[in-house]
Amino acid sequence: MNIMLFLRHLFFLCQKELISTFSDKRMRIQLIMPVLLQGFLFGYAANYNLEDIPYAVVDASHSSASRSFLASVEGSPAFSCAAAGERVTDVTPALYNSDVLLIIVIPGDFDSQLAKGTAAIELITDGRNPMIAGMTARYVTAIASTWSLQRTGGKLPVTVESRTWFNPNQLSRWTFLPSFLAMIAFVQVMFLAGLSIARERERGTFDQLLVTPLSPTEILICKATPPVLVGLMQSMMLFLIVRFWFGVPFAGSFVTLFTSILIFLVSTTGLGLSISSISRNMQQVLVYLLVLMIPMVLLSGLVTPVDNMPQALQLVTWADPMRFIVDAVRRIYLEGAGFAEIGLDFIPMLAVAAVTMPAAGWLFRHKAA
Amino acid sequence: MTEARQGHGGNRQAENAQVPGIVEARGIRKVFVRKHDTTVALERLDLTVPRGEITALVGPDGAGKTTFMRLVCGLMKPTEGRLHVAGLDVAAHPQQVQDALSYMPQRFGLYEDLTVLENLELYARLHGVPEDVRQQRFDHLLAMTELAAFTGRLAGRLSGGMKQKLGLACTLVRSPKLLLLDEPTVGVDPLSRRELWVILEQMVREEHLSVLVSTAYMEEAARCRSVFVLNHGRILAHGTPADLCGLAAGCCYGVVPPAGMAMRTLQDRLLREPAVLDAVPAAGRVRFTTRGRPEELSALRELQLAAQPLVPRLEDGFMMLLKDDEARQSVTAPAAGAAAMTKAPQALQAPDRAAGTPAAAGAPVEIEVRDLVKMFGDFTAVAHTSFDVRRGEVFGLLGPNGAGKTTTFRMLCGLLPATSGKLRVAGVDLRTARTQARANIGYVAQKFSLYGGLSVYENLRFFGGAYGLYGHRLRQRIAAVMEEFQLKEQADVRADRLPGGYKQRLSMAAALIHEPKILFLDEPTSGIDPLARRAFWQQITQLSAQGTTIIITTHFMEEAEYCDRFMIQDHGKLLVLGSPAEIRARLGRQGAGMDDIFVAIVEQARGGTADA
Amino acid sequence: MHKGFFRRLAALTRKETLELLRDQSSLLMGVVLPLILILIIGYGLSLDVKNVPTAVVLEDSSPTARQFVSFTQGSEYFRPVFVHSLTEAEQKMRRHEVSAILYVPQDFSRRLAQRDAQVQLLLCGTESTTAMSAQGYVESSVLAWAAEQGLMRSARGQVSVTSRIWFNDANTSTWFYLPGILMLVLTISGVFLTAVVMAREWEHGTFESLFVTPMRIAELILAKMIPYFCVALMGMSLCLLAGRYLYELPMRGSMVLILGESMLYLIVALGLGLVISAVTKNQFLACHTSLMISFLPSVLLSGFIFDLHVEPWFIRLVSEIFPTTYYLELMKSLFLTGNYPPLIVRDTFILLGFAVFFLWLAFYLTRKELEE
Repeated sequence: MNIMLFLRHLFFLCQKELISTFSDKRMRIQLIMPVLLQGFLFGYAANYNLEDIPYAVVDASHSSASRSFLASVEGSPAFSCAAAGERVTDVTPALYNSDVLLIIVIPGDFDSQLAKGTAAIELITDGRNPMIAGMTARYVTAIASTWSLQRTGGKLPVTVESRTWFNPNQLSRWTFLPSFLAMIAFVQVMFLAGLSIARERERGTFDQLLVTPLSPTEILICKATPPVLVGLMQSMMLFLIVRFWFGVPFAGSFVTLFTSILIFLVSTTGLGLSISSISRNMQQVLVYLLVLMIPMVLLSGLVTPVDNMPQALQLVTWADPMRFIVDAVRRIYLEGAGFAEIGLDFIPMLAVAAVTMPAAGWLFRHKAA
Repeated sequence: MTEARQGHGGNRQAENAQVPGIVEARGIRKVFVRKHDTTVALERLDLTVPRGEITALVGPDGAGKTTFMRLVCGLMKPTEGRLHVAGLDVAAHPQQVQDALSYMPQRFGLYEDLTVLENLELYARLHGVPEDVRQQRFDHLLAMTELAAFTGRLAGRLSGGMKQKLGLACTLVRSPKLLLLDEPTVGVDPLSRRELWVILEQMVREEHLSVLVSTAYMEEAARCRSVFVLNHGRILAHGTPADLCGLAAGCCYGVVPPAGMAMRTLQDRLLREPAVLDAVPAAGRVRFTTRGRPEELSALRELQLAAQPLVPRLEDGFMMLLKDDEARQSVTAPAAGAAAMTKAPQALQAPDRAAGTPAAAGAPVEIEVRDLVKMFGDFTAVAHTSFDVRRGEVFGLLGPNGAGKTTTFRMLCGLLPATSGKLRVAGVDLRTARTQARANIGYVAQKFSLYGGLSVYENLRFFGGAYGLYGHRLRQRIAAVMEEFQLKEQADVRADRLPGGYKQRLSMAAALIHEPKILFLDEPTSGIDPLARRAFWQQITQLSAQGTTIIITTHFMEEAEYCDRFMIQDHGKLLVLGSPAEIRARLGRQGAGMDDIFVAIVEQARGGTADA
Repeated sequence: MHKGFFRRLAALTRKETLELLRDQSSLLMGVVLPLILILIIGYGLSLDVKNVPTAVVLEDSSPTARQFVSFTQGSEYFRPVFVHSLTEAEQKMRRHEVSAILYVPQDFSRRLAQRDAQVQLLLCGTESTTAMSAQGYVESSVLAWAAEQGLMRSARGQVSVTSRIWFNDANTSTWFYLPGILMLVLTISGVFLTAVVMAREWEHGTFESLFVTPMRIAELILAKMIPYFCVALMGMSLCLLAGRYLYELPMRGSMVLILGESMLYLIVALGLGLVISAVTKNQFLACHTSLMISFLPSVLLSGFIFDLHVEPWFIRLVSEIFPTTYYLELMKSLFLTGNYPPLIVRDTFILLGFAVFFLWLAFYLTRKELEE
């Protein structure tokens, strides 16, 4: 084929796709506002760190020692006292009601036990969120041992000096925010690509396009362009929010970051277009998209680490380009990883792109004929 | 209003004063306020629809017919004025009004995932048609619409005309007090259309139904008791069809073109005469109206033709009313859009062809079809069809609904692969070089299908680019088609905000931007008023004179008169192929209307198969 | 009730049901999606960090040091890899082969004798949950080891903490996520499907002919709700069955309440879907709007994944706008805690309020009128 003609076709097609995507004011708002809103809201919401966990106190001892211990709990930024009572039953409604997440019970004989040796404190945690329950328990235990050491002036025989790389305060927000760059763009791109062909088919413009000398490949490339561009633009907006609003330090290079995102977007656009080609109407597109996207996000390691999943499921995640972009973006952003370190992540993404794009082309031609 | 109708209208009004009409509209005004502009759809309309008869509402696109229908059934509220239906104020009691009437909108919303029968049942149940009456009624309706064989088929799988018929059947599941039909027969073939009117008249007779129908077919309006002519939201005239025909009395003539000249060429020349109000090919001759003397027309003088006076038809009266109104409009408002819409295209540029030899037998073959077959599963949509189309020919594809003409048409322009057979378009085999063949064709879909979100200019630039134009050449072509189709002032308007007539012209402009050798038109005139249809056919005449081959499907049988040759298909088989004159001669029915010819051919073929 | 209400409602419901059954994709949503969610969330989502790949750098080759690091071997929490140098370990961590490095310096046993030993723990903070948990495991294991070795001075005045976990004897995060699956299934089939199905009718112009029949808007709205209500109920039953028999979710609250509250929430979701479609009247916008105001908030702002108690106050405030938050709270409580009347009464009233509001709004916004 004549390469100049091909390029000219691409130019006109892309121009048309871009104008029809961006000329509508409502559409422009749809593409920008939700991203900003999500960036801020979810940026704050995505948190596993303990902050101001409400707790209840049952202090049966009323001694200076118990007060001293409770003061050190209250002094921690992780906890804030929300209820107090004389008996456990006084504060259980608060736990049932989720007004507090744990109850610290100090027995009546706390002082005398302390004088004898070791005094036991009881902790009741809310197992409805076992992760928070486990973390609060560990936290209180740590406070208790520090308090003991301070009281006795003793010292542990072995101390563990911990340092955390890339994220010194172990902030879960730092883990989540970079992956949002990919996730939020992913959702939008799948929708844009998924609805693109189905919408033309429903409106009848598709036939008009098919009688022109444009080849299916050309049409496909140009259908893929606006979603990819929109996705890139949205990731950049999110990048600015993450970097400057939430102040997560950026350790990597822009080129590496956005090259990875580009590859990811191409592979998901292929997926979206394939769905669009096989669907009869927009409702079907929506159903297929949701059935595919929700598992993809859940299996990506965005919410919980892939390493925690059972082996069988870990195998499934190999087909999920989302998993690799989450990994790549986090490592580029936080660790400053270069192409050498994350190169392996590209292979599955490229493989998905290499399958979905031709598949979209084939389905498109097949269904169109 | 002119005097001729005033007297008659007055009598009618007096009658109606005693028995109020089923619809009483007084001073109805409807204004649409949009962000950028306001449009007056109806301007102080006074209208009475009498009980127990059929009343027609005719007028060009944008006259306000659909808006009025929607006001009557309470789907919209008038900006001003009072509207009573069956004695009820529509604004105050929309639901009671809706309980009393049945309405068939222009685009009847069938549920495509439901079968024919399920669609019917839905409406029957909603209207509370009793079980015992229902079955009888269904049988009746299904027989009328010829859908009895398809009751189990999903509505989405029906052809366009069959959908329309099903929509009508759904509307007629019960006998309401008032029946509103908004262009009910658009896309329905003449055969079914006649049956449908018989049913309608029967229902009016037997069940004393009141019907208000808007239509673009003047011969349908002629069957009604009274007719309202609307233009720009105002009533131009009101009276019986005979009253309106009377307007053109003594102004109608017919003339037979000389041998070798296409009727459309003569029509084009006549239309260019200032004294000629209207000209149209019909029944083997060109019919025209003029207030002057036909001998004084230069076209006839030059060709030494003599015109015979003819009895006026409703369409003649209607066209005269509109022409006069447009003339008045352009005096008061010179830049009125509708006036521009009907402006004739520039004079023919190729005088030698314009002299009007219909595509000579010696012209090269542009489309060659041999033994074309299309199967859907084991259903034969098109059976062994062969024909040729020569350069510069206007070729018509006609047939009843579901006859296979859309399938044939889609195969010709490469949207559907053929099951077997040979198909060469512009000298290229469609199977092997589809892309190359496509570069030579232009395509205008039935439904407006350009990009609504793009402006007129952007649409043209895109399609130009898609056909490989660029740079100076592209700009030149865009300027040329915008000039030709008078789109210059709309260059920056988004396509979906254009009025109907402009959309049609934009579709044509986009299809012609690359100067294709062949132009495919899929029912381009369906739902378009006679005025716009004249302008459209003048454009086609000009294109064909320049050597463009034109393939067209249409439901207006009289439009077959414009074609050099046409073919009629039924049940996928080719029934007849030839020029209008040849086919008339073959049937031995000189001077017959095309509708009659069509019905005769199809009935003959169906009868023949039934006997065999 | 107008004459013929039930007859017309039956006719419309029949039509909706037929359309739903003809389009298999809706069943995909009603049955396949819940199944996928049950399996993935049930088995896959877990915050219980286990088998942390840990590089152990043992520079002190004494038996004491070796015995010290042995805690990593028997534990389900660690998967140790022994390496020779810190540099090698650091390389492994950069390549994400390990998530933690335990460094035992050369002078470990010497300083242990002086009760002043120090070990280093390097963690990869990219996956912060893993880092947090790993640190906790190592610290408590070291303490346990020290106590076992009798190195802890049994000085007086110490505090020990015994913790009990309520409502979740198995201490598994699956139980935490299960109510969320139920919520997601109901939200998707409720909001998304109805919004799009209704918007499609506006877009295709099928309403024009339907409106001019004796049909009332109330009938139309109910007929749209009934089939999707059933599809969602199917998904809900799947979730409950899987919860009970696959994951042995206790379901301490009354089954009647669980079902009743779920149906109430489903009505809220259907109502929201109808409101969205009445406002947008366009499938594309309806999709987008549902995504923004229903799906994403219910995943991220409802307490499904991120516990609302650890959120900043304004996020908690935002989350209180969404009915999902209350339904989820209710389900967690009914599944794991039992019938706790104050919470149930409060949340039921809130959900009831949402249901009435959305249905009223849908009814108010859906008019038998065309704009143009």
